[in-house]
Amino acid sequence: MSVIKNEPVTEQPAGGLLPTGAVPAGTTGSPPRRTASPADRGSVGVERGGGVGNKEDLAKKTRQAVTPFRRMRPAVRTHPDFRVIVDEDKCTLCRFCVLQCSWDALGWDDRVVPFDENCVGCWRCVAVCPTYAIRIEQWPTMYRENHNWTRFIANSVRKQAGSGGKLLVGTGNDKPYPVYWDHLLIDACQVTNPSIDPLREPMELRTYVGAKPDRVDLAAYLSARERHFIPTDHRSVGDPDRSGDPSANGRPAFDRDLRRRLGIGPQLRLETPIMIAAMSYGAVSLNVQKSCARAVAEMGTYWCTGEGGMHPDHYPYADHTIVQVASGRFAVDADYLNRAAAVEIKIGQGAKPGIGGHLPGEKVTADIASTRMIPEGSDAISPAPHHDIYSIEDLRQLIFAIKEATRYEKPVFVKIAAVHNVAAIASGIVRAGADAVVIDGFRGGTGAAPTMIRDHVGIPIELALAAVDDRLRQEGIRNRATVIASGSIRSSMDVVKAIALGADAVYVGTAALIALGCTLCQQCHRGRCAWGLTTQRPDLVKRVDPEEGWQLIANLFKAWSGEIKETLGLLGINSLESLRGNRERLRAVGLSQAEMDILGVKPAGR
Amino acid sequence: MRRNLRERIPGGCAIIGVMSETGRRFDGTTVIEGIRCMHERSNGLGGGFAAYGIYPDDLKPYYALHVMSQTHHEHETMEEGIRQHFRIIHQEPIPTRRHPRVGEAPILWRYFVAAPTDFAEPPGEEEYMVGRIMDLNGRVEGSLIFSSGRDMGIFKGVGYPEDIGEFFRLDEYRAYLWTSHGRFPTNTPGWWGGAHPFGLLNWSVVHNGEISSYDANRRYLEMFGYRCYMKTDTEVVLYLFDLLNRRHGLPIELTCSVLTAPFWNEIDAMPPADAELWRALRQVYAGALLNGPFSVIVGFEGGMVGLADRIMLRPLVGARAGDLVFIASEEAAIRAVCPSPETVWAAEGGEPIVARLARSAGGSEPASAHKVEVPAAS
Repeated sequence: MSVIKNEPVTEQPAGGLLPTGAVPAGTTGSPPRRTASPADRGSVGVERGGGVGNKEDLAKKTRQAVTPFRRMRPAVRTHPDFRVIVDEDKCTLCRFCVLQCSWDALGWDDRVVPFDENCVGCWRCVAVCPTYAIRIEQWPTMYRENHNWTRFIANSVRKQAGSGGKLLVGTGNDKPYPVYWDHLLIDACQVTNPSIDPLREPMELRTYVGAKPDRVDLAAYLSARERHFIPTDHRSVGDPDRSGDPSANGRPAFDRDLRRRLGIGPQLRLETPIMIAAMSYGAVSLNVQKSCARAVAEMGTYWCTGEGGMHPDHYPYADHTIVQVASGRFAVDADYLNRAAAVEIKIGQGAKPGIGGHLPGEKVTADIASTRMIPEGSDAISPAPHHDIYSIEDLRQLIFAIKEATRYEKPVFVKIAAVHNVAAIASGIVRAGADAVVIDGFRGGTGAAPTMIRDHVGIPIELALAAVDDRLRQEGIRNRATVIASGSIRSSMDVVKAIALGADAVYVGTAALIALGCTLCQQCHRGRCAWGLTTQRPDLVKRVDPEEGWQLIANLFKAWSGEIKETLGLLGINSLESLRGNRERLRAVGLSQAEMDILGVKPAGR
Repeated sequence: MRRNLRERIPGGCAIIGVMSETGRRFDGTTVIEGIRCMHERSNGLGGGFAAYGIYPDDLKPYYALHVMSQTHHEHETMEEGIRQHFRIIHQEPIPTRRHPRVGEAPILWRYFVAAPTDFAEPPGEEEYMVGRIMDLNGRVEGSLIFSSGRDMGIFKGVGYPEDIGEFFRLDEYRAYLWTSHGRFPTNTPGWWGGAHPFGLLNWSVVHNGEISSYDANRRYLEMFGYRCYMKTDTEVVLYLFDLLNRRHGLPIELTCSVLTAPFWNEIDAMPPADAELWRALRQVYAGALLNGPFSVIVGFEGGMVGLADRIMLRPLVGARAGDLVFIASEEAAIRAVCPSPETVWAAEGGEPIVARLARSAGGSEPASAHKVEVPAAS
């Protein structure tokens, strides 16, 4: 069989473009048309067993790769984004790349045949090629240079002229907005105060997430303490912060009562201030979630299930799991709430503030259906607002409904997208009784979002975080809730800067996915992730081995924690709380006075 | 003299405190000679003293506001403010003598004042005083109320501390508690208000070192209405003592332990009930943790406490001789005025050295309502 493709071919709008009227904002987009075919699954399912299928399978794969294309009117033609170049001198004809490509960008005709128009630049083929024979390049632009009608914008017009639908995309905002983290620099000790060597001196990263009172009422505490028998003789009593568990050495009532007398709400104990943000089962694969759950349990921190429910496989890690209550209310029942360490109410997401989500019925497999508690094959729709929350007082009712359902033993988080009025909204949320406020910046990741919304709605997390921290302090309620920053925390230094601006802890999502192999090709919504992350296809899902995956994430957290400790040491402090809100130790480069005022930092040199 | 409001000024320093636990009053020469011994630890850009029990009986019940002003106009503006908020019982210039090594001084004046009305609740009056003093200091440019306690006073200026002591004629005062400070600021036009001690009501703080957690502490304190108008890290120590001890009722020892909290692994190893309390204290008072290299001596009504940072990055020595308790940066300073003390010891990081007036001398538990053993940070 010979494949000849001399003319430009336009991508069929199955994944990237939804027809008018479809709700595109689901946790994954509509499935690629041809990958649902059992024959295809058979053909690509052999990638682990030696890597080579039989020749008929390959021929079929190649044929199928070509058939979906149809000519479109010349006006709506676009060129491919990438060019796949196979060095025939290096290629050993092992065909592994062809089997591994889930995008039909590589075919076989006694040699590897690239279909450039299908390539998403995910680099799976490059990574698996044993001889580095494959190179992926940006498609050389053929248009006249134009700084107004950029290639992206002009191509968007062409695609929409063809499809009549919204543009969809996965992963966080990739547009060149300022990244304020990269305009902040960190102080260090010289002479007048000694820096501290984290290898020699204790260096504390422990953080407690939850509401704290303004003061410890010592009198109330001591009188309560006198009334209780205090078992001072046994010391290994488990973690008292989980004292809701009546099996904890038979002393639960004591602790709970005492803690209540101290005025301390339920707390999550984080050994490092990094948690994994909500990524639901459906948006990511079960293996991704398994990797996250085990990693946070090993590292003494927490992960959030997202709105897709909590799969029974994660029950062993329930103590380290935050469950989410979103507008679709999937999986929410008393067991779900009580099983978790904390409950997060999702109001908004940084990547798509103000809009909901849609997991198409085709993706609601039996397993996902039972986890979400919805019928198999039915569309899972999360409305844009919660239809029982039209005001802040409605939110308060939901917060307290959850607290009642969990006997006031679980912290309740409220997650909002960073929008213009975020400080006042966060203040309202704290006053409504939330134990933690999660602020998700506009560069935050997503499994699927309308491209234009992802790229143009919301504000950066750095400014939102600084404004929220300031506002809560002005109102004297900063102690009452934990502030968690989210939305593109990319490195340990982003964590340090976020905490110095006022966050108690951070959520990372994309960084954890990158640890598992993500190459940021932004095709999460198409459900064909070649790295097995944002897909439910069994043959792809198994590319992530949870046994290896948790170690990758744990390694990342361990490395970041080490760097944070090193940074605390050079700042001359040995505890994370001395960094929190310590904006004096940050300086700005290249920012306007207004930006520095909002961030509460001075320019470098002053 | 110019107030440097933009910059925070770190520095090294010398500190010393001397107290008679029986309440015996002695003049300022002892503490001046002690601080003179540590001349090398200062650089002439600031020195000062706090003295407790110095005023005559008829003025003891009133708040002694020590005020420094750059110009007569600013002095009058401040006086007008004081008159507006308080009842002035007595006022006079602070007596000084010309000193060859002390430069031009600001206008130095003291007012003995009472709150304008009676307050139903005991803390009401103190809250009022703190609020008005903060307000005046923030509002009146070029003038500063730098001491506001009862029967105590702060004397400070630009110069070496021993010279400042002579300038203020401290040999003519008799106090049961003296603290002193010699300053070695590392970037400053020294100004009189920037010298130590810093005071608020009966609190006074002298401080050697740097609070690396300054901004975290400052922003925490601002939630409780404190305004850090001096922009020096020492100020936060002062306000944290005021917040935790006077307003939140934690005993002095526990206040010290909260400021230099035990490490989490130490807390984990405590008996469960103690661990529970400490966990709560660290969670609630996270913003009060003092971090960085420092040693401080805090004077209060009826006592003083010396405290060094958690990992002991700055020196602090204690000594005892008869009724006297000494705390100083260097043992040499103590031996300069008391050649053979009965005991001398180096402080441990985070473990306070506390001296208190004996009950027979009119001492009592300062400000804290609870006479209960609380677990100390190990």
